[in-house]
Amino acid sequence: MSPPLKGWPKALWRVAGDPLPWSFAALVALTLGMPALRPLFAALFPELDRPVYQQDSFAALVMAHLSMVALSSAIAIAGGVLLGLWVCRPAGRAFRPLFESLLAMSQSFPPVAVLAVAAPIIGFGEAPALIALVLYGLLPIAQGTMAGLDSVPASTREVAQGLGLDTWQSLYKVELPLAAPVILSGIRTSVIINIGTATIASTVGAKTLGSPIIIGLSGFNTAYVIQGAVLVALLAITSDQLFGRLEERLGAWRTRDATDAGAARFVQVSGR
Amino acid sequence: MKIHHPVQLLLVGLMLASAWGLPFLTHAPNRLLTGTGIELAALLRGERLWLLVPVLPLLMAPFLTPLRKTGLAVAIAASLWLAGLTWLAGDEAARLAGGPDSLVRTSFGGGFWLLFILAGLQANDALRRLNGPGGRQTLAQLAVYGPVLWLLLSGRLEALSVLKEYANHRDSFDLALWRHLQLVGLTLLPACLLGSALGLLTFRQSRARGPVFTVLNIIQTIPSIALFGLLIGPLAALGKLFPASGLAGIGLPPALLALTLYGLLPMARGTLAGLQQMPEGVIEAARGMGLSPRQRLLRVELPIALPVMISGLRVTAVQAVGLAQLAALIGAGGFGAIMFQGLLGSALDLVLLGVIPVVVLAIAVDALFALLVSLLEVTPR
Repeated sequence: MSPPLKGWPKALWRVAGDPLPWSFAALVALTLGMPALRPLFAALFPELDRPVYQQDSFAALVMAHLSMVALSSAIAIAGGVLLGLWVCRPAGRAFRPLFESLLAMSQSFPPVAVLAVAAPIIGFGEAPALIALVLYGLLPIAQGTMAGLDSVPASTREVAQGLGLDTWQSLYKVELPLAAPVILSGIRTSVIINIGTATIASTVGAKTLGSPIIIGLSGFNTAYVIQGAVLVALLAITSDQLFGRLEERLGAWRTRDATDAGAARFVQVSGR
Repeated sequence: MKIHHPVQLLLVGLMLASAWGLPFLTHAPNRLLTGTGIELAALLRGERLWLLVPVLPLLMAPFLTPLRKTGLAVAIAASLWLAGLTWLAGDEAARLAGGPDSLVRTSFGGGFWLLFILAGLQANDALRRLNGPGGRQTLAQLAVYGPVLWLLLSGRLEALSVLKEYANHRDSFDLALWRHLQLVGLTLLPACLLGSALGLLTFRQSRARGPVFTVLNIIQTIPSIALFGLLIGPLAALGKLFPASGLAGIGLPPALLALTLYGLLPMARGTLAGLQQMPEGVIEAARGMGLSPRQRLLRVELPIALPVMISGLRVTAVQAVGLAQLAALIGAGGFGAIMFQGLLGSALDLVLLGVIPVVVLAIAVDALFALLVSLLEVTPR
């Protein structure tokens, strides 16, 4: 319930009520300034000798976490979109039920289980973590791609055909742009899941923001646990908000009549 | 020969490749050493060749005309083949086992797992074409694994390494099972009540919809292990303030609290969606009949929304089964405790002992709720 404001108070209210700047600012401030909070943690946990995690700097942990998520998500996006496209084409349509059962099956397999099974087989460290992250990242993206392409109305596809576009042109210029917001929301889910899975990956020896949590839990150092947990939570919330912003931007056309928007856009672009 | 089922063809191709390309079993002198592989072809000798009988319909599956009875035949063959594979593994493990004090371990190899999954998918694909009502399909899908379950319960697989781990950890396994069920059960009740209350609130007050779902979404975004960690501090402080409450930073309370928080979003979303799909005329008719708001809720709105609400509960439950696996990290027990113990010792079979029951539990919970939904939807009203 925002009061009816005008001018700069309204602008201020809009910024203050938006979680993105807050979570981003808190993430940056805590990543860089955690050592400065030493007196606070020392006061909260007087029994601890080392109240602030110091094995690695938090900036290094955030970077390691993000690069692991970025690498796995890049592979997952490429694979997931291709897979989703393929099962929506005539050539792959027969495989869609199989693929959907695989998706349903994977829901009952918790990510930590993939990590735990992969680690003894291929060794501890980043490798099992990346495998689990790619596998888990792939599914929501493929699902999003399928849902996105399904959401393109048949009439739009017919209009594209009527304009003389061949299958590939129709895919690139009409169907994919229309499906983009839904695909993006699949990517969003995937990245958020991966930020969580990368946290657990420190149980199999990968260095991520989960390391302070795991070390803190096994060493009864609650301060470490809190430091890792707060940063991971902020990282996930910030990423989620960023994706939300991107989705809004991509989905802006949906406020107009969705049915022929893609074809209309193509007409505009090609100047016909 | 015409290819009617490209999916079956792919599965058959993968089946042949994994039968020849990957070890079916691995055999090691003790539980910590990596085993040497044993090929499937080396095991199929003499009377064991009868096991290949159900493979014949499976190989033919891509070329069969799509009929009800051919689908059923493929599913039955796949079910027998699954049982045969499992029996073969158990039988060979028993043959290789030394005396009662022997440390020898025979484990499933990659080939076994792939063949098992592929046969399961073949059965799944074949049954999908039967077009029965949803509930009967779910039961048929589960029945495929009946013979394997019977083999497991009959004790014929005891020489396999996973079951040796089970024999060694029987007490902690039973404890983990009980605790895991406890975690899921105690999560479902408050998540169901609170979640449906939130769903109802957002249905009645559309202004509340934005803030409520923003908060629930943010909670869902936080990785589970971080949420467990964040709850340690506050709950430990509460426990110190009120020692009689039994609250503590680790153990059951933070795990239940976190699992409940995660369960709220699917439940609230399911309730809202269920209420929203109600035809507008229904409320008007209920009002016209002179039902009070309370009667309207209990007799009209909730019964109509129930199937969709239960789908929300299904997501909550399956999610809780998986998330409870991590609760072991904060000392709440469950199968995660066994899994992490195996992980620390690099003992794959102990890890599997902690993972397989969770997967089976998730599938069972999912099937249970699927059945419930299909029963509710069939009921004419």
